[in-house]
Amino acid sequence: MLAWTMYISFLGVALLLLPAASKALARWVALLTAVAGLSCAVAGAVAFQPDGGIVTLMDVSWIPALGIRFHLAADGISVTLVLLTGLAAVAGVLFSWNVEHRVKEFFAFYLALIGGVYGVFLSADAFLLFAFYEIAIIPKYFLIAIWGSTRKEYGAMKLALYSFVGSGLVLIGLIAAFVVSGAKSFGLVALAQFAYPASFQQWAFPLVFVGFGILAGLWPFHTWAPTGHVAAPTAASMLLAGVVMKLGAYGCLRVAMTLFPQGAREWAWVFGLLAVIGIVTGALAALAQRDFKFVIGYSSVSHMGFVLLGLMTLNATGLNGAVLQMFSHGVIAGLLFAVVGRMVYDRTHTRELPALAGLELNKALPFAAVTFVLAGFAAAGLPGFSGFVAELQVLLGAWRAFPWFVIVSGIGIVIGVAYTLRVMQQAFYGRRLLTPAPSPSDGEERNGTQLEPISLPEKIGAGLLLACTIAIGLYPRVLMDLFEPSVEALAKVWTR
Amino acid sequence: MNYGELFKQVVPETILVAAAFVVLLVDLAWMRLKPTSTRRTVAAMLGGLGCAAAFAWLLEVQAAGSFCEGILVVDPLTQMLKQVILILTVFTAVISAEADFTEHVGEFFALLLLATVAMMFLVSSEDLLMIFLSLEMTSLCLYVMTAFNKQNPQSAEAALKYFLFGGTAAAVMLFGLSLIYGLAHSTNLRAIAAALGGQRLEPLFYLALVMTVAGLGFKVAAVPFHLWAPDAYQGAPTPAAAFIASGSKVASFFVLGKLMLLGLSGTGGSGAWRAFAPGWVPLLAMLAVLSMVLGNLAAIVQKSVRRLLAYSAIAHAGYALTGLLAGQPEAMASLLYYVITYGLAVLGAFAVVGVVEGRAGDDGFAALAGLSRRAPVLALCLLVFILSLAGIPPLAGFFGKFYVFTAAVKSDPKNLGLLWLVIVAIAMSAVSLYYYLQVLKQVYVAEIPAGTNPLQVSRATQLAVGALALAVVALGCWPGALVEKLLGVIRQAGL
Repeated sequence: MLAWTMYISFLGVALLLLPAASKALARWVALLTAVAGLSCAVAGAVAFQPDGGIVTLMDVSWIPALGIRFHLAADGISVTLVLLTGLAAVAGVLFSWNVEHRVKEFFAFYLALIGGVYGVFLSADAFLLFAFYEIAIIPKYFLIAIWGSTRKEYGAMKLALYSFVGSGLVLIGLIAAFVVSGAKSFGLVALAQFAYPASFQQWAFPLVFVGFGILAGLWPFHTWAPTGHVAAPTAASMLLAGVVMKLGAYGCLRVAMTLFPQGAREWAWVFGLLAVIGIVTGALAALAQRDFKFVIGYSSVSHMGFVLLGLMTLNATGLNGAVLQMFSHGVIAGLLFAVVGRMVYDRTHTRELPALAGLELNKALPFAAVTFVLAGFAAAGLPGFSGFVAELQVLLGAWRAFPWFVIVSGIGIVIGVAYTLRVMQQAFYGRRLLTPAPSPSDGEERNGTQLEPISLPEKIGAGLLLACTIAIGLYPRVLMDLFEPSVEALAKVWTR
Repeated sequence: MNYGELFKQVVPETILVAAAFVVLLVDLAWMRLKPTSTRRTVAAMLGGLGCAAAFAWLLEVQAAGSFCEGILVVDPLTQMLKQVILILTVFTAVISAEADFTEHVGEFFALLLLATVAMMFLVSSEDLLMIFLSLEMTSLCLYVMTAFNKQNPQSAEAALKYFLFGGTAAAVMLFGLSLIYGLAHSTNLRAIAAALGGQRLEPLFYLALVMTVAGLGFKVAAVPFHLWAPDAYQGAPTPAAAFIASGSKVASFFVLGKLMLLGLSGTGGSGAWRAFAPGWVPLLAMLAVLSMVLGNLAAIVQKSVRRLLAYSAIAHAGYALTGLLAGQPEAMASLLYYVITYGLAVLGAFAVVGVVEGRAGDDGFAALAGLSRRAPVLALCLLVFILSLAGIPPLAGFFGKFYVFTAAVKSDPKNLGLLWLVIVAIAMSAVSLYYYLQVLKQVYVAEIPAGTNPLQVSRATQLAVGALALAVVALGCWPGALVEKLLGVIRQAGL
């Protein structure tokens, strides 16, 4: 069932490539494809037996000369992330309902990206995983370069090149690992079973980890993320922050850390430190932004720092936190970008916080304001939302591995609350507290009632994502039962 | 010698020579007064028919054997290479039918077929003299084809450059080959390998090696013998440029591989990092690095699509050479997989560029602006070709690169000796994504310039380009079949 998520997405691309489809039809095809993908993901998750094992979905010989197999498989972590992808895909289509420019192509690239992401999460062969990982690069470029805003061509190219350089590093490590392990198979399990010499792991681990880490927003290779997120159209920033950054983190976990456990132990403090620096500098940068979307862009870097810190704890608690944070941040970041990009920017055509302060958005767009407040609290890690459970576990795990890092990350959390409150107040409740800045269009103050009301697809999309973050926040077991056994099975590698 | 048996082996070549004469004759006798577009169509059909007949013969008649001490060698590997060359020729013929640059239709198509014949002889020889002769015959046909656009002074300039460089390279190469003959007392590759293998090599051998590599390096456009390529690719008529980039590349790389892996098999030396040993491996490794670095960096600043393709071709020569340095049989298999898929992709790219250029009048980036809305199918195919060249899955170019890199690293599993070369290659292919995306940006992102209409494309061109794109996708999604086939025939050929 799970494998169909990926097939259906590519089928959707093929359908959209057919000529003579109207805009409305293209939207519905995209929505149906995304919903079908989500249904498959949910059905697969329900049928999944969380016992720490790996379930093979499909396994056929593909390129026998190099021992490459078309091997799709899932464990609890993959299932969780496939679910996240399904959610983000549906929400993304709902928030792109107002795209009018080259609709068919937009959704074709969009679904191609989704298909690639599903593929990465379900691959059990290193070559296959790498292929899907690269498939996801090109659609991102076009989504941003064609439908984006603010320096879109620069942002798109930067993102594409960063991703490609990252995958180049990964490729070097993979080929070397394949050859060193005896050049028999590219299967991830087979590769992981080989005991690589310590001297080899010492350079192969950082190579592959940084390669994937670039996409996960690893400081100091994170600079593509804010520019890319800001330049991207709403759906693409939702996917970028929500899912694509998780691809990187997933690769770090599944490939770099699993193949080279000894290297991971040796390098854990280095990358843990980089993750903490990412948490703090991301939050500080978010605090200093004037552009609403940049705030969210930098906050993504900060929150992904928690994922990487959780991975580098190398213990089950921290890893559980990291996987949960991947899901939680995927949902929350999607929501935040939806509010900024679709609900606010598409209506007001400005993202400058001082300009927004004069628009009384809490009155004009109450739904957007409420959604953003809830999402902001979730992102800031308030109890009752998924972000709290996840970050708490990461910090608990990190306390055992690097106590000092936890204290510094704590500062990051405080700054996180500060920038969330600041942006909330300026963007939605600015009137009473700030001198109103002139509105961007003509100096004449725009009346809030002129703004187009929040449409039904937006409400459904926001409701879907909000429900997820609250549900996971109140009862995290629902998701954790799914991936915890797999994480514990994995964590044995590093504690051995 | 049994002449009947010998003739049977060269029937495909004979068919093509006959087809070339028929094309000339028909064009001269009956088509003089017809419009050139009709003449081109008829000539392309006749040429295509000849290729199809030769192809059918190659498929049906299982010929094998070595004649006249290796002057003509026929085995499953050479038969397969000939089939590939024929396929590339047919596509070139279809592109030629679309390109309006000359009134001498019959002559152009006849030259195309004769160049194909020369390439077919080139791939099926294991004798230095015959290799040199067929290489020269190929080159002569290509020089003339390059000069064919008489209205365009660039065409003449390109041909003259191509010819002067080619002539010099051929002379140097002939000198090198004669030295090899002097050292080994034979022109047969297997005999040379037996004579040179295992003994201490004289300095004279290295001189001979460098000279030979210079000649072949010119043919495959490897740095520093690449200077002709940008001008030839830009100035030549589109079909000629496409054929130089595809068919001629495949044949030249194959013969380079054969010369090194078969004739000089014992004299490779080592290209492993900090363990260099003299021989052709470090020499070619150096050419590969230079080609990849210079080709990719120079491509960044190009403003003309054809020049960009030329520099990218130089870079691709570097990747292909990397494959050649791997251990056998992966060296030949990865090299051939790489150049075959590269040939298909670059032929398709030239076909699209040719159509666009025909309408716009020049091949600047601006000519491609908004192509995805003026000709969606053509643009999608161009996307496939360019992304395949960039090495993006699931296209053939991706597996080509992957196979080449894996094979090269695998050649020395203990020390990962050639990993340094693969790192350079991977770094440079990251650079290449930038300029490939610049082309695609014009096609997909840029707005349509005012006053341009949807592009009308003939059915034949659409079919040809679509078939090429499908082939690139299919070879990328199912590379296993071709790889197994290549490994099989290479084993049978005793390489």
